[in-house]
Amino acid sequence: MEGDLGVATADAVWSERDTTPSRIEEALRDLLRERHAEDEASVPARVLNLVVVVDAEWSGEIANRLRGVGRYHASRTIVCAVERGRTTLDASASIAVDADHDPHAPAPMREFVMVKVGPRHLDHLDRIVDPLVVTDLATVLWSPHGHPEAVDSLLGLAQVVLLDSLDEPDVGEALQRARALTGSAYVVDLAWLRSTPWRERVAATFDPVNLRPDLRMISSVTVRHHPDSGAAALLLVGWLASRLEWDTGALHARDGVVSGKLHARRQDVAVRLEPVPQMRTIGLAGLELETASGRWLRLDRGPGGLRAHYRHKRGVDREWTILGASRGEPGILGEGIRQALLRDHTYAPALACAETMAP
Amino acid sequence: MTSTTVEQENPLTEGLERLPVHSTTLTIFGATGDLAKRKLLPALYNLAHEGALPERFNLVGVSRGELTDEAFRDEATEAIKQFSRRTPDETVLKALTANVRYVTGSFDDKTAYPKLGEVLDAFDEEAGQPLNRLFYLSTAPEFFPVIVENLGEAGLGHHEGVEVRCVIEKPFGTTLAEAKELNRSVLSVFEERQIFRIDHYLGKETVQNMMAFRFANGLFEPVWNRNYIDHVQITASEDLGIGSRAGYYDNAGALRDLVQNHMLQLLCHVAMEPPVDFSADEVRDEKVKVLHAIKAPTAASVDEMAVRAQYTKGTVGGEDVPGYLDEAGVPEDSNTETYAAMRLEIDNWRWAGVPFYLRTGKRLARKVTEIAVTLRPVPHLAFKQEGSVGVRPNQLVLTMQPNEGVSLSLLAKIPGTRMRIRPVNMEFLYGTAFLSQSPEAYERLIMDAMRGDATLFTRNDEVEAQWRICDPIVQKWESTPGPLPTYEAGTQGPAEADALLLGDAEWRAI
Repeated sequence: MEGDLGVATADAVWSERDTTPSRIEEALRDLLRERHAEDEASVPARVLNLVVVVDAEWSGEIANRLRGVGRYHASRTIVCAVERGRTTLDASASIAVDADHDPHAPAPMREFVMVKVGPRHLDHLDRIVDPLVVTDLATVLWSPHGHPEAVDSLLGLAQVVLLDSLDEPDVGEALQRARALTGSAYVVDLAWLRSTPWRERVAATFDPVNLRPDLRMISSVTVRHHPDSGAAALLLVGWLASRLEWDTGALHARDGVVSGKLHARRQDVAVRLEPVPQMRTIGLAGLELETASGRWLRLDRGPGGLRAHYRHKRGVDREWTILGASRGEPGILGEGIRQALLRDHTYAPALACAETMAP
Repeated sequence: MTSTTVEQENPLTEGLERLPVHSTTLTIFGATGDLAKRKLLPALYNLAHEGALPERFNLVGVSRGELTDEAFRDEATEAIKQFSRRTPDETVLKALTANVRYVTGSFDDKTAYPKLGEVLDAFDEEAGQPLNRLFYLSTAPEFFPVIVENLGEAGLGHHEGVEVRCVIEKPFGTTLAEAKELNRSVLSVFEERQIFRIDHYLGKETVQNMMAFRFANGLFEPVWNRNYIDHVQITASEDLGIGSRAGYYDNAGALRDLVQNHMLQLLCHVAMEPPVDFSADEVRDEKVKVLHAIKAPTAASVDEMAVRAQYTKGTVGGEDVPGYLDEAGVPEDSNTETYAAMRLEIDNWRWAGVPFYLRTGKRLARKVTEIAVTLRPVPHLAFKQEGSVGVRPNQLVLTMQPNEGVSLSLLAKIPGTRMRIRPVNMEFLYGTAFLSQSPEAYERLIMDAMRGDATLFTRNDEVEAQWRICDPIVQKWESTPGPLPTYEAGTQGPAEADALLLGDAEWRAI
């Protein structure tokens, strides 16, 4: 995994067994200096720190995911790989520069640190990581394999927690965990980001001034989703509920379908979340909205964007494609890293509504 | 939240990075031309890729060539594949071009416009609603008034219930009189709020960042005035020659090509007062005030404040290159300047007495666009002793290209037992501090035009104010026979430009 950030790179590498954080930090400084001395165009990137806590045996999978984020690499990535039975720290550090960078332009260096830690280190993982993060940069924490004690330990260091509510098998627990974290850090939830194109399109559909009153008349919402993406579907409905001030309550699950009624000011809103077993990629497959005024909108994943199907009050049907490329899962992770530098204040209220709806 | 609020505001847009844009049909006049192929069509693809185009988007090409819809679709696809900043996703590209239409007609052919109207109406019919219309004039400038007049005559200047907008490429006139006439002609069909005069420099992130840099950082604004700033240099240099653009360039010259528009815009960004907010008119009001505060030269003063020159043969990057007069397509007796430099003064409280030096040229030593703000020297320099190196006042340099960033030169002690100093640079490079790639200027500008945000476009009075400054120089140079001063290709420019500098000022090395 060391130094392998998914682009053709020229690396400078250091490693040491039974090492200490200060030795690692010193090695990083040396590597940066050496690399810059070799090639003046190589300059340190200073965007954000990404701290990843992973099970050592699954670190390859995480490497694959990081490899796909393209230009959205953190400037310094610190991976803490947890090995059962380990009592000392082994570490490696590398500095990568795009091998084919323009010789006349600055080439940002990306720093990658892998620290092998044992379970005994997790309660105080902050003491190991703190000397390794670049001071004054935002620090993002991602712990895709759980390790709550490590997360607790690192929350004081991190301003942002990256998580994926789809990682938890139980939707309710996933949303609870995310909500608990929002009290300590800014949460970027990949499940939420999967709903972004859908949210943008629903917002656009009702943006013309003459259609805005119809937002008050939404009477039915159906979301189709990958069987493992129930949290993304709930977050999408939670977003509508929080923005449109619907009263929410627990929905009911039956044969995998989650359904129930929410309450808008003027009418009930029938909600239905349907898993699509044949869907191959995780995320959302489709969305249907109906209004008491007779409008009906259906969005489905399609080639080249979302396929929109709209029927207005007089019953005339229209279909068209809303252009946009699928980002794919690596793109979602990259987007998560990018979003760590932004702030979306609509997630927390949507999450709160979603949590109350969880069956 | 009351229902009234819901009707007035869309509560679903809160928190979204991309705000909705009303569904639009974009018509490109000159759709088979170089700009469309290299910039506009790739920009549209990239917007489509990112899901940034309006929910319903249609594209119509208008040009003289006899093409079918399919043939234009193929040309557009090819251009996007060749010039897009990212490898196109075939499904998005296919979806984008699926509905493309093409209207054949020379721009002065009045019969082409009703045909265009039919195509636009058909798109409205298909959508079941009237769509906004955006006309993009990507043609030779002599066609701008012709197209606008014909759009007006065909009743395409307005459309019931939706917005009709018109983007006009540069150059907006080649003299003050022409610019005024073009404004008159365009404003006889469209209202000012419908017109978007493009200066693609304004779409560059670094140019926009100048406002953030100045007005979001308390560090700089207190010294941003005549009390602390000695002079400002704005440079836009190219190492390339005119390439295959002799026909355009020999008619335009360096002054019209870059100074009248881009460089004066950069000057405005350096010198403007903080706007009340960043709405289009507030920003443009402040820029116009700067332009009005610059005294237009008289015929007699042009020689004191402006220098022109032509490059002769030389060596650039180890290659021998011809002089301007030997370039293909350039008349052997051409008096067109390939280099222009000038000294301007802004007569207001903030800038009185601070010279602003502007220079641009082809075939100079290096490609760079930058603004260098030189501060006044400290009143007493106790360190000016033997062994100090290059002691000079602080200089803040904002670089637009090639390496976007900001650097500040400071004096620092040279390590050792003696108190010797030399300048060092504190540098900020965009590429090292942001994850996102800057969007192409045209992507930003096309979206802004579709959204109706004119902040990054030039207003009618702004264009005329720019011409008011440059027109006397154009007139004087055109009426003064050559030969022009010269400079060897690959160098820093003509020695004559040094005469513009006041006091101890020196041109920054290009």
